[in-house]
Amino acid sequence: MPDSDTLAFADRPTGSVGLVTPHVARFDTPLALACGKVLPAYELIYETYGTLNAERSNAVLICHALSGHHHAAGYHSEEDRKPGWWDAHIGPGKAIDTNRFFVVSLNNLGGCHGSTGPVSHNPDTGRQWGPEFPMVTVSDWVASQARLADHLGIERWAAAVGGSLGGMQVMQWTMTYPERVANAVVIAATPRLSAQNIAFNEVARQAIRSDQEFFDGWYAEHDTVPKRGLKLARMVGHITYLSEDAMGSKFGRDLRSDDLNFGFDVEFQVESYLRYQGDTFSTAFDANTYLLMTKALDYFDPSATQGGDLSKALAPAQCPFLIVSFTTDWRFPPSRSRELVDALTRAGKAVSYANIDSPHGHDAFLLSEPRYDAIFSAFMNRAARELNLAETGGDGASLEETP
Amino acid sequence: MMRADLELIYDWVPEGAHVLDLACGDGELLETLANNKGVTGYGLEIDHDGINACVARGVNVIEHNLDDGLSSFCDNSYDQVIMTQALQALRRPDKMLDEMLRVAEEGIITFPNFAYWRHRVHLGLRGYMPVSKSLPHAWYDTPNIHLSTFNDFEHLCREKGLVIVDRAVGVGDHQGHWKSRLWPNLFGEIAIFRVRRR
Repeated sequence: MPDSDTLAFADRPTGSVGLVTPHVARFDTPLALACGKVLPAYELIYETYGTLNAERSNAVLICHALSGHHHAAGYHSEEDRKPGWWDAHIGPGKAIDTNRFFVVSLNNLGGCHGSTGPVSHNPDTGRQWGPEFPMVTVSDWVASQARLADHLGIERWAAAVGGSLGGMQVMQWTMTYPERVANAVVIAATPRLSAQNIAFNEVARQAIRSDQEFFDGWYAEHDTVPKRGLKLARMVGHITYLSEDAMGSKFGRDLRSDDLNFGFDVEFQVESYLRYQGDTFSTAFDANTYLLMTKALDYFDPSATQGGDLSKALAPAQCPFLIVSFTTDWRFPPSRSRELVDALTRAGKAVSYANIDSPHGHDAFLLSEPRYDAIFSAFMNRAARELNLAETGGDGASLEETP
Repeated sequence: MMRADLELIYDWVPEGAHVLDLACGDGELLETLANNKGVTGYGLEIDHDGINACVARGVNVIEHNLDDGLSSFCDNSYDQVIMTQALQALRRPDKMLDEMLRVAEEGIITFPNFAYWRHRVHLGLRGYMPVSKSLPHAWYDTPNIHLSTFNDFEHLCREKGLVIVDRAVGVGDHQGHWKSRLWPNLFGEIAIFRVRRR
């Protein structure tokens, strides 16, 4: 039935990977986690875009951020209104050019979009994992991603790429598996959270945990969802993703109606927007996953085992880095990216850094901006050249399962 | 074929040196040094097109405003710090000189020589601010806020107790001939200095 959504799909801008279908990989080798627990078996859901070349040297790993998932580019069906979350940068002719690269994008362990996580079945107890799903860290994710690479027969990533929490995973890759990463792109990230970052995460967690519908994480067994808590968590998080300027120019002090009504209903447009964002999120995301992801953010600090010396922690890294920050990002401001850059230069690593002018705050990493696109493309094109990658001509997901 | 001042600098950078190139532009010097002399290091640049060109050719470049100083770089962490055609655009060229020689023992600096005879003709005879190949801007939109002469810079180095290891001038697209070597302050369009801490 032709409706506006279908038309929107037909009219989609060129440079899309088109329709994509997720795959699921199952792993039966137990995974020892940083928290001391062992995950006996798990599944990872992932998507691929482009074609893996015969040498298997053109694979790019996409690491997602706090509320991200495996669906980074393209559409799941012709009815989809929106493409994957990083469609601005993945596709034919884009920075991560699927004419050259084979892109792998997964949902991390503990996620709620198809990989094993709190909403999955726990074979030991016969119930949902719920709050008993073990804490997972950035290192655990990277270890599980390495197994996915093995599963796909990928010895070494042409590049590991990620924004925000995704950037932390990229950093971890270069330290844990330096020989398996040919290039690293770390966007709008930080080498560790500040007290203020942790504070915002804690507010989000408290909002969820104090919701009466949370039931210590067993809400599913009570056939409910801590919607209010998740909504609040998302609202406070969302404020930190946008810049003051972006909010100002988008909403200003605009009212929904002509007059003040001297009550507590929605009056300002920004209130309406935040409530809408919170409501949408509260029905689409799992509360236990949100708690886990924020803890993974808080715990990440590779310098901790090196007496606070990030340079030392990065000593194993072998690949060239591109670090990108955005001028109005106050969640992980440019100064935090610069800390990472300085640690890399002190360690004598190959690194380039650009601080992009953007009004969009932390969210800028998801969007397209001419200078951002240009430097991202320049780095990826140079990587392709050095790896002697030819155009594979692939325009969709086309990897047959490998042994 | 590199810019005349870059050709001279190329010879002054030792094999395998670890260098910092302040205002590295499109990264041509660093790339040539890396390919032919195994030189490592980083370029600092603020111009967007320059940064992009560096990344495209695989030269390490860090977006950095030189007026913010070099505090993110440790003492003696480089063999040389190079700064071409940027001294005159800095807020405090003297402090940058200190910073350069804190980070490395040796610095190479090039800048347009304001006392070049053509510049003197512009100002002295015609009464206009000089506009030339090395000073292409009008007085009102020039980024060059601290113009100086070959002699001025030598004087500053003496005041700071620095050793001038080498000095040269460039004229047009080539290194100067005998006149500019004999009277650099008059016949040198671009001043090129190699200085060291005592």
